[in-house]
Amino acid sequence: MTKRYPARYIVLAVLIVLLLLTVAPLLVVALNAVKSPADYASNGPLSIPKSLHWSGIVDFWQRVDFSRKLLNSFITASVVAVLGVLLSVLNAYALGIGRVKGRVWFLVFFLVANLLPQEVLVYPLYYLSKSLHLYDSLLSIIIIFTVIQSAFGTYLLSSVYAEFPTELLDAAAVDGAGRWRTLWRVVVPVSGPTLAVLFTFFFIWTWNEFFLPLVFLISNANQTVPVALGVLQGDRQMDATTTSASALIGILPAMLFFLIFQRTLTRGITAGAIK
Amino acid sequence: MSNRGGRHAGYGVYLIPGVLASLAVIVVPLVMTVGISFTRWSGIGSPPWIGFDNYTRLFHDANFWASFGHILLLILAMAVVPTLLGLLLAAVLFDYIAKIFGPRWASVFRSGFYLPQVLPVAVTGIVWGWILHPSYGALNRILDTVGLSSLSRNWLGDPKYALYSVMAVMIWFQLGYPIVMFMSGLQRIDPELYEAADLDGAGWWQRFRHITVYLIRPEFYVVLVTTTIAALKIFGQIFVLTRGGPSNATLVPSYFAYKNFFEKAQVGYGSAISTVLTVIIIVLAFVFLRLQTRDQRKGL
Repeated sequence: MTKRYPARYIVLAVLIVLLLLTVAPLLVVALNAVKSPADYASNGPLSIPKSLHWSGIVDFWQRVDFSRKLLNSFITASVVAVLGVLLSVLNAYALGIGRVKGRVWFLVFFLVANLLPQEVLVYPLYYLSKSLHLYDSLLSIIIIFTVIQSAFGTYLLSSVYAEFPTELLDAAAVDGAGRWRTLWRVVVPVSGPTLAVLFTFFFIWTWNEFFLPLVFLISNANQTVPVALGVLQGDRQMDATTTSASALIGILPAMLFFLIFQRTLTRGITAGAIK
Repeated sequence: MSNRGGRHAGYGVYLIPGVLASLAVIVVPLVMTVGISFTRWSGIGSPPWIGFDNYTRLFHDANFWASFGHILLLILAMAVVPTLLGLLLAAVLFDYIAKIFGPRWASVFRSGFYLPQVLPVAVTGIVWGWILHPSYGALNRILDTVGLSSLSRNWLGDPKYALYSVMAVMIWFQLGYPIVMFMSGLQRIDPELYEAADLDGAGWWQRFRHITVYLIRPEFYVVLVTTTIAALKIFGQIFVLTRGGPSNATLVPSYFAYKNFFEKAQVGYGSAISTVLTVIIIVLAFVFLRLQTRDQRKGL
C-alpha cells in the first residue's frame, strides 16, 4: 500500500476534480457577475472579465431594493433564532429535566411535527393569518417559523437535557433556587454551546426558507432575499450578466454566515456533549 | 413514570407556551387541512362536503401519479446516490487522504463539498437555471467551444431532459450532507480497529466494507431517512428551475399542491394531495425507525 506512490496521487487528483466540479458553478457565476454584457457576448461565460464591471450588481441591487430584502431576511432569521431557542429551552426544560407526565407523547408529537411538509399547514395558516390581519407581514412568518423550528429544537434539546447532571440541579435546590432561577442560572449557562448550535441552525434555515415566505410575503417591501430572487428568475429583463449578478448577491450572505458560524458549529458540536 | 410531588413537580407550566403555540401553528392547521380535503372548497365561503371524492379523483389523476414517479427518481438523486457516494468519499477522506496527506486536506475537501448545502435553495436554482439556460447558458457555451455543439440541449426546457437535469443539480446540492455526517460518525471509531485490520493484512477495500460500513450504520439510517424525506418535500428548486414544467415533466407533489391552492383555487383538492404526502412521509419515517431499532438489536 505504501510503496505505490502513483495510487495516492490518482486518488487525490480524482477528489480535486470532484471538488472543482462542485465549486465551478459558483465560480462561473462570480466570474460573470462582474462582466459587462458586451464582454460576455463576445467572449462567453468562461473568459476572465476584461475589466471589473460592477454596474450589473449595482443596477440589480437598486432595482430590487436589495438592502431592504437583506434587512427583512436578517430581522426574520435573527428573531426566529432567538425565539425558537427560547421556546425550545422552555419545552425541553419540562420534558428533559422535569420529565413531566406524558412526556413520551409530547416527544412523539414534536417528532411528527418535524416531519410534516409545510404544504399540509400552508392553506389554513394563510387563511387564519388573513382573518387576523397578519397576512403579508414579517410577523406572520416569524411566528410560524418560531414554532416550526422549535419542534426540532425541543426534540434535540430534550435528549440533551435528559442527561443533565443532577448534582448541579440538586446544588441549586440546596441554595434555595426555585425552578425559574435554576433554569436561568444553571441550565441555560451550562447548555450554552448546544444553544449556540441551535441558534445557528435556526438562523441559517430561516434565512434560506422559500416556500412559506413565497406564499406569505407578497408585497415587495416585505420580501426576503430568497423570495425576491426566486420570483425574478425567468423575468424577461434578466439577461445573462444580470442573472449572475443576482445569484452572486444571493450567495454572498450565505457564504458569510458559513464562515462566521463554522467556528460556533465545530465548537458547539465538540462541547455540546455536556456530560 | 410517576412524577407526583418532589423532584418532578411544577415543571408543567413551562410547557404552556410551547403547547399553545404548537396548537395554533401546527395542530389546528393540520386538522383543518385534513378536514378541507373532504370538501370542494375554493377558499371562499363555506366548504361543501364531498366525502372521498377528492381522493378518488386523485387516484385517477395522471399528474398525481406522474408527480410521485418523479419523486422516485428524485429520491435516487437526493438520497440513494449522495448517501452511497458520500459514504465512499467520507471513508476515502477519513481513512486515506487524512492519513497520507494530513487532516487539513480532508477538512478542506469536506467544506468544499458541503458548500452547496449552505446556499439558499432559491439561489442554487438561479445558479443552475443560468448555467443550463438554452441560449446564454454556460454549459451549452462550453459544449460549443470544445466542438461538441451536437450535445447542446435545452436542458430544462425539453421534457425529455428536464427531470434528469434537475436530478443532476440535486446530486450536486446534496452530496456534502452525507460526507459531513459520516465523517463525524467516523470520529467515533477506535483507530486501533483499523490498525488491527492492517496487521491482519486487510486492504483498504476490506477495511471499508467490514469496519467503516458496519460501524457507521446509525448515521447511515439518519442520512437516508432525512434525505428521502427532503426529496419528498422538494419545492424550492423545482419552483425556481422549472415550475414543474415543461408540460409537467418535473411536477412534484408539493408544487402540485401549491398550484391547486394558489393558482387554481382548488383548495380541497390541494389539501387531499398534501394529506397523502404527509401520510407517506410519516409512515416512511416510522418504518425507518422500526428497521433501525431492529438492526441495532441484531447488531448487539
